[in-house]
Amino acid sequence: MNDVVVRAEGLTKRFGQLVAVDNLSFSAQRGEILGIVGPDGSGKSTALRMLAGVLAPDIGEMEVAGADVVGNPEQVKSRISYMPQHFGLYEDLTVIQNIRFYADIFEVSSADRRRREQQLLDASGMSAFRGRLAGQLSGGMKRKLGIACALIHTPQVLLLDEPTTGVDPVSRRELWAILYSLAFEGVAVIVSTAYLDEAERCQRLLLMHRGRSLFFGTPVELKRTLPGGMLSIAGADPRAIQRLVISFEGVVSAMAMGDTVHLVVDDTARRTPEILAQLSASGLVFGEVKEIAPAVEDVFVYAVSEQGLETSSADA
Amino acid sequence: MHNDVSIVVDGLVKRFGRFTAVDHVNFQIHRGEIFGLLGPNGSGKSTTIRMLCGLLTPTEGTARVVGYDVSSQAEEVRQHIGYMSQKFSLYNDLRVIENLRFFAGLYGVKGALLSERIAWALRMAGLSGGEHRLTGELSGGWKQRLALGCAVLHRPQVLFLDEPTAGVDPLSRRDFWELIHEMSADGVTILVTTHYMDEAEYCNRLALIEAGRIVATGAPSDIKQSAIRGDLILVDCTPLGRGLEALRHAPGVHDASVFGAALHLVVDAAEDSLKYLPEYLTSLGVSVHRIEPISPSLEDAFVELTAKGRSSAN
Repeated sequence: MNDVVVRAEGLTKRFGQLVAVDNLSFSAQRGEILGIVGPDGSGKSTALRMLAGVLAPDIGEMEVAGADVVGNPEQVKSRISYMPQHFGLYEDLTVIQNIRFYADIFEVSSADRRRREQQLLDASGMSAFRGRLAGQLSGGMKRKLGIACALIHTPQVLLLDEPTTGVDPVSRRELWAILYSLAFEGVAVIVSTAYLDEAERCQRLLLMHRGRSLFFGTPVELKRTLPGGMLSIAGADPRAIQRLVISFEGVVSAMAMGDTVHLVVDDTARRTPEILAQLSASGLVFGEVKEIAPAVEDVFVYAVSEQGLETSSADA
Repeated sequence: MHNDVSIVVDGLVKRFGRFTAVDHVNFQIHRGEIFGLLGPNGSGKSTTIRMLCGLLTPTEGTARVVGYDVSSQAEEVRQHIGYMSQKFSLYNDLRVIENLRFFAGLYGVKGALLSERIAWALRMAGLSGGEHRLTGELSGGWKQRLALGCAVLHRPQVLFLDEPTAGVDPLSRRDFWELIHEMSADGVTILVTTHYMDEAEYCNRLALIEAGRIVATGAPSDIKQSAIRGDLILVDCTPLGRGLEALRHAPGVHDASVFGAALHLVVDAAEDSLKYLPEYLTSLGVSVHRIEPISPSLEDAFVELTAKGRSSAN
């Protein structure tokens, strides 16, 4: 466990009356991808900005890459890279000029520079675009160039704030491939996202809601917090099926999704035959009934209701 | 009851100079259906919607919305549609009731119908009693439902939703989709445009759009099943890096990539690979903890379909 390179204890940050981050604790190890996952306004960016030493917490302690972030925020900056949501690329400079600009800022030696530049261009698939103006790149390419700039020096910790927001699925996969290869090299990558399905790509995740931690652990552990399991029922009229099954014993919730209904049930082995029998008796047309793995969103909804946390739809 | 066709799009093209934003798009949407147009930013979704709203004239092709032609009867089209976007701005410095009255005025809702529809919208949004709150003080889920209420004050037969629940917390999102399903059950036709895979999962039927062209149409489960050539397999092994390297060169494996703490593979036939791969990996010093077939996600399907489109375009 000596590989822990990021440790945050009891972080709290208020902006006026708003508690943006509320008593947050987590850690990350060398070579790990930690996801900070939650909807807009849940405190992800504030947490990352504190880790990067650009925003001081009201309460709490942080150690990042051996530096005390609260006591010595300048020290941490040379050991990490931080890519905010709106990363400063110069649109009137070319791809390679942007990378060199950041190499100057981070004082990368000229011996290392050439090799690193080529490596980053290759990894991001941008070698062919080195002479293109940054302003003429697509959204996904801009994010990749941002990461390349952030990595021109070799950080121990990489902090990325929503790098995949608005990026098409193909580019999103390429970005993740870059993150995995960095993790293999031993970098601790902390990445925030509002896409709950992206949580599955992280090795560990911190699930956030309204500034607080809902869960911290692996995706597999997260899914174990959902008692019972999930079933999917295909049908011509999912809405009719949903209305019916919600009244069945052992069905915790039911949600119409496309051409299927997803149910959370207390015990799938016991309830599946019961549900099949009741559905058949109802005369509704239905197709395959099968057990499915819960999505992170399912567990999020369960955790929020279980912990009695208010959601945005319950506080007016 | 779903046999009524509400939207017919036939050979729709929109060019801006030499750039073709929408390239011969065809689809039909039935009355009461929740239809999703799924594609990345810049794929032509918004241009299509703007043509269907009668805001932009097609270069070629036709589109009819509840029987009206979008080119020649744009005014009639606009009277029968509602539009809501997550980014769509309610006036934050107006009270809830003032926003509702403003949009009612815009859509020409008057007289006895006015108070009836406003009362309905407040009930639907769960804002009864909150009429005099400042809109800017409402949280995301409430604002979203108020925006929906504003968009349907005039009882449109067709509702356009542009990334309606992006970034909203999951509980509010589920409440929102419940409302949308209720409207669809009442016969309102719903067209959702989004680049979020998980939003698309809520639709009855989808069209996947890439570079102005539709690459697949069907129910989400059909698209997932038909898009992937071969099978998907999950391999949980250590060391992960060595496993990845080995599997990239293994026979019958098309693609191998890291997914969380495990690997995802696209293989010719799952049955063969499940037999063959454990031994193959073990012989290379990789320990296999778990290997099993998995179902493709909508994103898997999307990547597969658009990658095909990209390679054939080159």
